[in-house]
Amino acid sequence: MRDFAYHKPATIEAAAGLLATIEDARVLAGGMTLLPTMKQRLAAPEALVDLAALPLSGIAEADGVVTIGATARHADVAASPILARVLPGVAALAGGIGDPQVRHRGTIGGSVANNDPAADYPAALLALGAEVVTDRRAIVADDFFVGLFETALAPGEIVTAIRFPAVRRAAYAKFRSPASRYALAGVFVAALPAGVRVAVTGAGPSVFRLPAMEAALDKSFTPEAARAVAIDPAGLNSDIHADAAYRAHLVGVMAGRAVAAAIAFS
Amino acid sequence: MDISFTLNGRETAVDVPPATLLVELLRERLGLTGTHVGCDTSQCGACVVHVDGRSVKSCTMLAVSADGCAVTTVEGLSPDGRTLHPMQQAFRDCHGLQCGFCTPGMMMSATDFAASHPAPTEAEVRHWLEGNICRCTGYQNIVKSVIAGAAAMHQGTEA
Ligand SMILES: Cc1cc2nc3c(=O)[nH]c(=O)nc-3n(C[C@H](O)[C@H](O)[C@H](O)COP(=O)(O)OP(=O)(O)OC[C@H]3O[C@@H](n4cnc5c(N)ncnc54)[C@H](O)[C@@H]3O)c2cc1C
Ligand code: FES
Ligand code: FES
Repeated sequence: MRDFAYHKPATIEAAAGLLATIEDARVLAGGMTLLPTMKQRLAAPEALVDLAALPLSGIAEADGVVTIGATARHADVAASPILARVLPGVAALAGGIGDPQVRHRGTIGGSVANNDPAADYPAALLALGAEVVTDRRAIVADDFFVGLFETALAPGEIVTAIRFPAVRRAAYAKFRSPASRYALAGVFVAALPAGVRVAVTGAGPSVFRLPAMEAALDKSFTPEAARAVAIDPAGLNSDIHADAAYRAHLVGVMAGRAVAAAIAFS
Repeated sequence: MDISFTLNGRETAVDVPPATLLVELLRERLGLTGTHVGCDTSQCGACVVHVDGRSVKSCTMLAVSADGCAVTTVEGLSPDGRTLHPMQQAFRDCHGLQCGFCTPGMMMSATDFAASHPAPTEAEVRHWLEGNICRCTGYQNIVKSVIAGAAAMHQGTEA
């Protein structure tokens, strides 16, 4: 790793100030993605601004809105009694990320800001119509995930929290790569008051919604209805792990499992 | 950068460049070579230590992030440096190792798990050890060791 200056600001204002004034400064959260990237010299920032001292790790629910602080670790999301009560699908998703040691360090804000095409959280945010709150604004998930590792965040913008609607009838299922534990295909299904939303991760260049599956589940919220929707492999990823046709098939199977899990939660 | 932390129960103060990984500090500066580096890509778990009681991969954490924390390495498992910790004893009794390279990480991961799981099932142990890779044993005896070690850790504490 190339050397860098390390800062651990105590306030969001101080963190934003450092990011604005130091050229090529990067935010450090759990480091589970950033540090391996720096070790491979795919990134060599001048400075790291560690969020660890900021009061951003809380999980709270009020008036049907669940707020998860950006530095909440995957293990804490997985074990949260609040989420078990009002948003169990997101807790279960967090409990399936990586392995225990990854979950002890990795944060929701880091995962969302990174927007890995196979990451789990982006599917939850998009299906639930969550909002990404930053030090400047709130961005709805539909506008946030722009493309491969690309988000709507401006340079130096800090994710401070994610706001979800409290929905019990919502769940995630993924087919994991046995080596990396990332999703070969992962599907989050959410039955919102305005209608069902379905988001897919791991299968395409970035997380995306499936309008045809949403319409089918609006009519019949059953695993059979999910599996009956034909998924077009065009545009899906093909790699050594799985080709596009196989991923398209997996999307249907995972959607069916997610619906079954959502029904079991509600 | 000056940092201070508790290492295996002892107050430790060092000056480290920010780009130092926790595992580099432990092995190369402080001579605690029980913590291993298997992959250096955050996959294998040979480098697992406890930071404030939680198992983490010390190859994927900056030393400066441990400032103010309590760090326990495999050298700190045994209370007096002579008597084996119940988990170490269980690995010995159940033949939970062959070459031993993965063992420190396995035991640090296992003791974190066992602290809250006095009587784990085989499936729970296997699920927990997903971040710890062993090239030798086929895991069978590691799982046996963790179950035995968990029981031994909680012996006498049962209501
Ligand atoms: C072995 C292994 C297995 C994994 N398996 C999975 C898996 O199955 N599923 C999955 O989804 N992920 C997986 N991950 C990734 C893991 O979830 C990471 O924790 C996550 O991608 C990044 O979170 P972090 O807190 O570690 O962020 P960091 O690594 O600290 O940062 C990641 C990026 O986001 C930026 N950033 C971080 N926080 C913020 C913020 N608040 N505001 C703005 N920018 C920010 C950083 O600058 C950096 O560019 C795995 C990782 C490893 C090492
Ligand atoms: S050396 Fe840290 S996970 Fe392999
Ligand atoms: S005993 Fe050799 S790697 Fe596990």
